[in-house]
Amino acid sequence: MSSKKIVFLTIEGKSLGFYFLLGVFALMVLAGLGASYYMEHHGHVVTGMNNQIVWGMPHVFAVFLIVAASGALNVASISSAFGKVAYKPLARLSALLAITLLVGGLVVLVLDLGRPDRLIVAMTRYNFKSIFAWNIYLYIGFIGVVAAYLWMMFEQRMNRFTSAVGTFAFVWRFILTTGTGSIFGFIVARQAYDAALLAPTFVIMSLSFGTAVFILMLHFIYSMTGRELGDLLVGRLRNLLSIFVAAVFYMTLIFHLTNLYGTQHHGVERFLLLEGGVFTQVFWIGQIGIGTLAPLALFWLPGINKSRGSILLGSLMVVIGGLSQIFVIIIGAQAYPLTLFPGKTVSSSFFDGAINTYSPSLPEWVLGISGFGIALLATLIAIRVLPFLPQRLADAQTES
Amino acid sequence: MSTTKRPDNRGRRRFLTAAGGVTAVATIAPGVRLIQRVLAKEDDQAVSSAVRWGMLINTNKCATGCNDCVTACNSEHGLRDTGRPDTDPQWIRKVKLVDDQTGKETSLPMMCQHCEKPPCADVCPTGASFRRTDGVVLVDKHICIGCRYCMMACPYKARSFVHETLTDQRPWSPRGKGTVEACTFCVHRVDRGQQPACVEACAGADHGALVFGNLNDPKSEISKRAKAVSSRQIRADLDLNTGVRYEGV
Repeated sequence: MSSKKIVFLTIEGKSLGFYFLLGVFALMVLAGLGASYYMEHHGHVVTGMNNQIVWGMPHVFAVFLIVAASGALNVASISSAFGKVAYKPLARLSALLAITLLVGGLVVLVLDLGRPDRLIVAMTRYNFKSIFAWNIYLYIGFIGVVAAYLWMMFEQRMNRFTSAVGTFAFVWRFILTTGTGSIFGFIVARQAYDAALLAPTFVIMSLSFGTAVFILMLHFIYSMTGRELGDLLVGRLRNLLSIFVAAVFYMTLIFHLTNLYGTQHHGVERFLLLEGGVFTQVFWIGQIGIGTLAPLALFWLPGINKSRGSILLGSLMVVIGGLSQIFVIIIGAQAYPLTLFPGKTVSSSFFDGAINTYSPSLPEWVLGISGFGIALLATLIAIRVLPFLPQRLADAQTES
Repeated sequence: MSTTKRPDNRGRRRFLTAAGGVTAVATIAPGVRLIQRVLAKEDDQAVSSAVRWGMLINTNKCATGCNDCVTACNSEHGLRDTGRPDTDPQWIRKVKLVDDQTGKETSLPMMCQHCEKPPCADVCPTGASFRRTDGVVLVDKHICIGCRYCMMACPYKARSFVHETLTDQRPWSPRGKGTVEACTFCVHRVDRGQQPACVEACAGADHGALVFGNLNDPKSEISKRAKAVSSRQIRADLDLNTGVRYEGV
């Protein structure tokens, strides 16, 4: 273990680059608010969503951010809950990203509601049989727990509680992502959901997406502020990420293999894997090609897996693959019609039996992407105001 | 044998008969009135679980190409065709089925099935989706936040989201942009002792494919028919005990 003391410092925040990024992220947030206002003013008729595809692109981004948020805490959990000191210098940033990514996702989710003005209703009336209602508690509680965890880390006299609170936060994030996966797992009506496997799949997805976002953020913050970031640490994170990516692939494989065994799911599987047009393409190219195989090659092939460029590209690909996976899970599942009359071909004016199409409109993209804007803006301001980041993360500092 | 003249009791008998009659009426009347009240509810009276409203649909009588139930529903609740079928709400729709093996064609109306255990109400975070004790599944438009989770959860695709500003809503059928809605079994009519608009229209067209009534009353037409013929729930595998049942599919 290194005896070198870790010095945490705020970023200087006076450079042109800082203000440029601040401006860009603020513009993203404003654009998202504008898009939401436009959607609420005219109604969702101006989006690509309809009575068939009821959840669209904003939900893809929101769920990605919420899932990545709990995964971003993983680095801190390894340090506090599992006692790996090598990750300790990264714990503050990890907890910060957990909060900011979650806030970004939640804001998008709320701004897409049919009646966002009734947020107070959602906060005061609960139906406890609804996993959605539970999630409201889990999300808000998560922010509180992680904030407390940060306080334990920042405040020297509270440091002794870091491990306990960190472990509690780890348990909380586990339940939280189980809840997010269960939003889909509990839907008995739809062919592509109704599977207990979705909850643990979401937990593993969160570890993968959260670690990928963490690596990207860590690298860019350190390179832009001219701080040292050792290859040893980034290499460790790469190894961790590669295991998570492989685990998500395994869960996906089991999910589809199980469905392919029973005849009643053949229709939806044929749709998603073979005949689903854009959904099939996004699955094979986005989730499997870009999101799984390519990053694994970049992380594992000797010769290229040591390069920082490979690790960053691989991480970016995991993010793209994650968005693709959630796109297929949320929208692909809705595109496939409900089976009300097995063994019969159905048709109606309400698109019974029809494969539904979805073309997201510009406001949906803008609102969805603004979730990243919110997370990035909040992170940038936080690291400017409080000392989240070690001055140096050279290899000598992070050896364990 | 002495004959004693019996006192003339006719007046007393008449009185007792009349009094008995009055007593009987006074005793039974509230019961009769109660039955009427159960079927035609006062506005300030709570609904009762003694009633379970339901509908039995005879698909053999449901004519292919006939859309009268849909038209009646749209008119009753002010649903309009904007030319955007993707987003226009539909509370009831005609579905055409063709058997993949035999080619037999069936036509039937599909709407909210008014489940005893509605998945929409289970998933609703605020409790806006709820089931009245008399079996009618409704959305409280005042606390619906428009999250559409109920639409994801409904096995029957029975719900619609209001995608645009509405005008000329019917006073008895509250609707609003940004909230979710579905068939209400025409509670506003049923509470007054009338039949839902679709049932009335189907009877008016001499099809009589829809029978509406109290499933808990063994003497009701719907209960007698449901007992006599073979009917089924759609997606019975989900065990939701739907209020709407189908014959002939």
